[in-house]
Amino acid sequence: MTNINVGDKLPSLTLPAISRCTLALFAGASGDHNPIHIDSDFAKAAGMDDVFAHGMLSMAYLGRMLTNWQSQAKLRKFSNRFLAITQLQDVIICTGEVVDIINVNDESRAKVEIFATKADGTQTLAGVAEVAI
Amino acid sequence: MLDQSKIGHKFPTFKIDVEKGRLKMFAKAIGETNPIYSDESAAIEAGYKTIPAPPTFPFTIELDGPELLPVLRVLNMDIGKLLHGSQDFEYFDTIYAGDCIEVNCVIVNMFSKKGGALEFVELESSYSNQNAKLVAKATCTLVYRNA
Repeated sequence: MTNINVGDKLPSLTLPAISRCTLALFAGASGDHNPIHIDSDFAKAAGMDDVFAHGMLSMAYLGRMLTNWQSQAKLRKFSNRFLAITQLQDVIICTGEVVDIINVNDESRAKVEIFATKADGTQTLAGVAEVAI
Repeated sequence: MLDQSKIGHKFPTFKIDVEKGRLKMFAKAIGETNPIYSDESAAIEAGYKTIPAPPTFPFTIELDGPELLPVLRVLNMDIGKLLHGSQDFEYFDTIYAGDCIEVNCVIVNMFSKKGGALEFVELESSYSNQNAKLVAKATCTLVYRNA
């Protein structure tokens, strides 16, 4: 049995600064072709300053942190709210902490609070995951 | 104001083949370095049948349907005013390269905030594999900027 305790911090993940190239690659790979993430002209016409990152890109980064910590086969739930837009050149830092050990259907699970935060401290995503232990 | 009568609307079911090359490209795009997400032998060594789809990949399966975000048409929304409010996944089994995933999606709720300046649309999706095994469920909340 894995030794996981309340208060344990997940190994954090710091990403390279978001570039237009990051967004173009993610648009193609993820199938999210919304032009607001890849076409500056479209983004400006829609009232934004410029293109901005897909929320699901940062959620995928949180997923990387979770599966780096524990095998994906143990991941039961993974959710987050999108709190702030991630702009070009932002550096995203993913962090997480075990906040509870719960029992669901005779299975012990670690409940983990997870956050994506910009280098200036702004939280962009906040969520929770459940991982079997 | 979005058409509230669309609560309960079911989108047409569709099936998507999960391709190994696509999973490798997805892993590259998110900077994933764990080899199980791009190298079949590493995945098998780690106890997986073959390359697994990473945790957020069901959202991509959904986007690969016959129409990008069909909710836009059903609710007559402008894609430029759309934001992603929240996303929840629940997992029952692993999605693997080579699987064929059936997607079913329903509009389960709609509500507004700030006097209607922001409207929210909740979509629930379920994902089943070629063995009719439910592998994941998702809830997606979209935010529509009316302002």
